[in-house]
Amino acid sequence: MVKKDKLQADLEGLVKKWKDKKGNLIMILHSIENIYGYVPRDTSIKLSRLLDVPLARIYEVITFYNYFKLEPPAKHNVAVCMGTACYLKNAASLIEEIEKILHIKEGQSTKDGMFHLDVVRCLGCCGLAPVMMIDEKVYGKVKKSEIVDILSKYVKEEE
Amino acid sequence: MEKKIIYIRDTDSAQKERINDYFTLFSNELRDANLLEQVQLVKVADIGLYEKGVAVKIIPENIVYSGIKTTDVKEIVEETIRGGKIIKDLLCGKKSKQLRAVLKNCGYIDPESLEDYIAAGGYKALVKVLTEMKPEAVVEELKKSGLRGRGGAGYPTWMKWNFARGMNSPEKYVICNGDEGDPGAYMDRSVLEGDPHSVLEGMIIAGYTIGSTKGYFYIRAEYPLAVERVQKAIDQATSAGLLGNNILGSNFNFELEIRLGAGAFVCGEETSLIASIEGKRGTPHPRPPYPSVKGLWGKPTIINNVETLANIPLLIAGGGTKFASVGTEKSKGTKVFALTGKVKNSGLVEVPMGITLREIVYDIGGGIINNRDIKAIQTGGPSGGVIPQEFLDTPVDYENLGKLGSIMGSGGMIAIDDTDCLVDLAKFYLEFCVDESCGKCAPCRLGGYQLLQILKKISGGNGELEDLNRLKKISYAMQKASLCGLGQSASNPVFSTIRYFEEEYKRHIVDKKCPAGKCKALISFKVISEKCKKCGLCMKNCPANAITGSREAGYIVDSQKCIKCGVCFDVCKFKAVMKE
Repeated sequence: MVKKDKLQADLEGLVKKWKDKKGNLIMILHSIENIYGYVPRDTSIKLSRLLDVPLARIYEVITFYNYFKLEPPAKHNVAVCMGTACYLKNAASLIEEIEKILHIKEGQSTKDGMFHLDVVRCLGCCGLAPVMMIDEKVYGKVKKSEIVDILSKYVKEEE
Repeated sequence: MEKKIIYIRDTDSAQKERINDYFTLFSNELRDANLLEQVQLVKVADIGLYEKGVAVKIIPENIVYSGIKTTDVKEIVEETIRGGKIIKDLLCGKKSKQLRAVLKNCGYIDPESLEDYIAAGGYKALVKVLTEMKPEAVVEELKKSGLRGRGGAGYPTWMKWNFARGMNSPEKYVICNGDEGDPGAYMDRSVLEGDPHSVLEGMIIAGYTIGSTKGYFYIRAEYPLAVERVQKAIDQATSAGLLGNNILGSNFNFELEIRLGAGAFVCGEETSLIASIEGKRGTPHPRPPYPSVKGLWGKPTIINNVETLANIPLLIAGGGTKFASVGTEKSKGTKVFALTGKVKNSGLVEVPMGITLREIVYDIGGGIINNRDIKAIQTGGPSGGVIPQEFLDTPVDYENLGKLGSIMGSGGMIAIDDTDCLVDLAKFYLEFCVDESCGKCAPCRLGGYQLLQILKKISGGNGELEDLNRLKKISYAMQKASLCGLGQSASNPVFSTIRYFEEEYKRHIVDKKCPAGKCKALISFKVISEKCKKCGLCMKNCPANAITGSREAGYIVDSQKCIKCGVCFDVCKFKAVMKE
């Protein structure tokens, strides 16, 4: 969990940087999301006071955009691309396989907080379809049979 | 000797390793010839040639040799690099059908270097505009060029700029729309990452023309590298005096700022995009008033797509008339497409307007994987439609694609073969649009959902013929009544697939069969006993224990138990499992 006073300090710095710019809310939320991986409710409440914007306005924006999350992320985020090219190259079978291995469904995290599975739209490298991305690393031309190995690499790293 | 660069590329993707061999060969040869200092070797991802084996391009002479063999390396180094002579036999004979204008720098210059961009002729257009041209003259040049918006709708760029220029307002804004959300499209990303300064230059020129002092880059947060490089480009331009106050001593002030998208497809629509920059939910507003009259913070605003802006510097530098010499009567210049799907060479292609779809797919894309027959081409992403193979010889421009029921869109182009089911494809695009509908207007929010339910019903084997009429009716209502482009075009994939492939829908509805074998509910698996070698692999691998039998009697699939996962079909080495 994030330490309270650090959070306060971070936030005040952020707000200071953006306070005088018009239309700053989304950019501030981006910065918060970059620091914590999600937008904690405490932060939103404080932000509401610092910017003098109703909390409802902040939540309205957070919930509209896919990019902002209200729950803390898992250690590793597995994102399988279902853009058109990947879809045609049968990315659905990759998702099925990952769901089978991790016992989670799309949008869920494993109980140990290790993996979170997301199905995303087009990672922008359709030439490599089907594509999946774990954290920042992109895996292209993934075969169903390779998934176990790829995932277990991340588990081993932890040990 | 002038410093040379050799770009080296293996166009045969099956031979991944070979490029390294050639790279080593060249560097050894150059070392022996004592030329390592004068020549830089660069492996590039794309040289605009396909299926020509190993190809090299020598800069600054711009000589392209293709299909070179290991034995040619020595000769190239001796004759061309040292001697400056052209080896005729190796010259690339057939001219590539691509015409790289917007992408001319991508992959060739260091995108993080302002010097590289300037060395490649960058910011010349800005200097020309600021020193020699009045804003009216810029508009006039744009008008001559016939440039139209590359984001999809194809609105003449000069008109947009001219409206905003004519508005009497102390505050005006220029926005670059880099919210490339279409699945299957990545043109803007490549330009922003590969040549950010060209877009910057376009924006500064736009600012000067309409009388604006502030511009915004709206870029998807999903493109972190693009964001980083554009920021770097802004910083470089600012310290070089190309941005900021009194640019190049012209009394013109302009500043640029990045605003990030946050994962909403609808924000590619201009009024939603404005709402998003203002820090609000990205929901659209009715037009008029158009942004050029009342846009960001209520002020006149022009919004141009990345590719449109990247066209501006070359248009100004070369002149509008020269720009207009490429293309068709009403669509000028080049267009970048992201060619994907079942083609052999998928990737970004830039072609002159007026090239045929067949040339793009076969001459540039190398044809369809496994030499299968092409069934259709999808253009324009979830807002576009399909074009069946009988229209492959249509020249590509805004009007022709529109007539065929599709759109140019931002440039996604997907080849579809006979193993793809069009009902399934329409369903896929609709799922996307239903997911991304912002929910503000009813035709889009409810219409899209209902369309999707009907498509699911059809692909689930419960369709009735009346459903086709229902689909058409709802589609029509959505086109006419939705608030913004997302809703108005969300039904295009459904409309166009019914228009050209009604038979395929009927096969799903009447015969309860999916000819492409994609719709799970409609397929069944069967072991063909004549082909079966009784190895038992299918039974062993079936996760549902739906296959029974023995090595003596052979195997059968129990359709009641079968979950249609297709494992038996995949594992059978003798093609004895049939999918129908």
